[in-house]
Amino acid sequence: MMSVAVTAISSSLSYSPLLLPSQGPKRRMQWKRNDKRQFSRKVAVSGVITAGFELKPPPYPLDALEPHMSRETLDYHWGKHHRTYVENLNKQIVGTDLDTLPLEEVVLLSYNRGNMLPAFNNAAQAWNHEFFWESIQPGGGGKPTGELPRLIERDFGSFEEFLERFKSAAASNFGSGWTWLAYKANRLDVANAVNPLPKEEDKKLVIVKTPNAVNPLVWDYSPLLTIDTWEHAYYLDFENRRAEYINTFMERLVSWETVSTRLESAMARAVQREQEGTETEDEENPDDEEPEVYLDSDIDVSEVD
Amino acid sequence: MTTTVIISIFLAIFATSLQNARGATMEPCLESMKTASLPDLPYAYDALEPAISEEIMRLHHQKHHQTYVTQYNKALNSLRSAMADGDHSSVVKLQSLIKFNGGGHVNHAIFWKNLAPVHEGGGKPPHDPLSSAIDAHFASLEGLIQKMNAEGAAVQGSGWVWFGLDRELKRLVVETTANQDPLVTKGSHLVPLIGIDVWEHAYYPQYKNARAEYLKNIWTVINWKYASDVFEKHTRDLDIN
Repeated sequence: MMSVAVTAISSSLSYSPLLLPSQGPKRRMQWKRNDKRQFSRKVAVSGVITAGFELKPPPYPLDALEPHMSRETLDYHWGKHHRTYVENLNKQIVGTDLDTLPLEEVVLLSYNRGNMLPAFNNAAQAWNHEFFWESIQPGGGGKPTGELPRLIERDFGSFEEFLERFKSAAASNFGSGWTWLAYKANRLDVANAVNPLPKEEDKKLVIVKTPNAVNPLVWDYSPLLTIDTWEHAYYLDFENRRAEYINTFMERLVSWETVSTRLESAMARAVQREQEGTETEDEENPDDEEPEVYLDSDIDVSEVD
Repeated sequence: MTTTVIISIFLAIFATSLQNARGATMEPCLESMKTASLPDLPYAYDALEPAISEEIMRLHHQKHHQTYVTQYNKALNSLRSAMADGDHSSVVKLQSLIKFNGGGHVNHAIFWKNLAPVHEGGGKPPHDPLSSAIDAHFASLEGLIQKMNAEGAAVQGSGWVWFGLDRELKRLVVETTANQDPLVTKGSHLVPLIGIDVWEHAYYPQYKNARAEYLKNIWTVINWKYASDVFEKHTRDLDIN
């Protein structure tokens, strides 16, 4: 089983002014380089680090998810689609400022507050697919244990209610996209604004639908689980029957262990950020100014309540 | 006396039925709303091989297009009720379902006519006046095809690539739309001449992720006659004006 730390990160990062000329005086997001999540980099014989994210294989053999997700699907979905995103991303960013950064930061910077830079599609899809392979496992499905079901019950009423809403969201996401279970903390509903008065009730599980390559990292949520509803994810096994694919995914594939581990990290990070927030807030607001609020008004965020 | 009573009763019933009729005709658009139906394919399911496989044609027509029709009619029905109830929130909320499923129906109805078996003229290049118009705008037919393929390949996620006529600016254009947005969402004066579906379901069983190859091959079954007919019809109108 792959123990995966969620990739949203926190600490100081100084932006190159070339990348974000309109950066305001207050830092809105803070990331920490999470060394465990570094994508491997090729090191040339000369010892010089060259550009290049690598395509990481799923944490199980390509036929291990049969009969629920066929070997053929993995061959194409991972072997072609995912691979192409990684390769094209590398070609796109080689020699640029984005070249030396971890993937998560490439995603966030190229998102560019909704006015996506060309690298976003490939970067986000590379990230999304790795996250997706790790969200499922052979012999998956069933129900979660531990803290997760408690939170699910608190935020959705019951596990069955959560399932119903998650499946409904995935089935009704028009076109290409992803449906997510995410942990949202210390943020107002207005994207990326820091909640000046964080409360326990603000920390909660949410279901989010995103179009094409978008993922909840861009709103500073912690993704816990995702299902790919691009047609290429299910067409070979289910043809147009997306609802059947979603059922199979939830009943036979989802890795609740991984989701639980991600939740633990997300909760810990939220607490840590809260503590850091109260410490730095006084420094950052010497004149008692309001925190700046940025709106992604051109993004269609469909959040299922 | 009895005759008067009978006539009065008859008149009362007649008046009531008139009132009812008037009530119904107060909302004629709702009462006479026609639902959509799946058009027949103008050729056999295997007629577009090898460019597009029979498997794809069956799934695409009988499952995908049919689902758009079914869901669109369902949404229209809900819209009818919402309008009758004055439930404006629901009226607004239904718009995205109508746009998506209705658009799916509209687009695919055009698409089947955009294609033809080789033995029925599929792939045969257009004659004048469309041919000259294409040369004027894109230098050559190959130029147009290259542009369509480049734009089609570049569509991220699901959508369509269109070859259209701008009636207002009197020129030919290549456009793309996302999801099931019809061409008219890019401009109310745009008339679709050829649309190519680049949703993955349009090519996946046969081409897998090789969308570029699908785009290259589909031109062998493109029905230029239909495009010419539509072009001529709309440019005739323009000339008259």
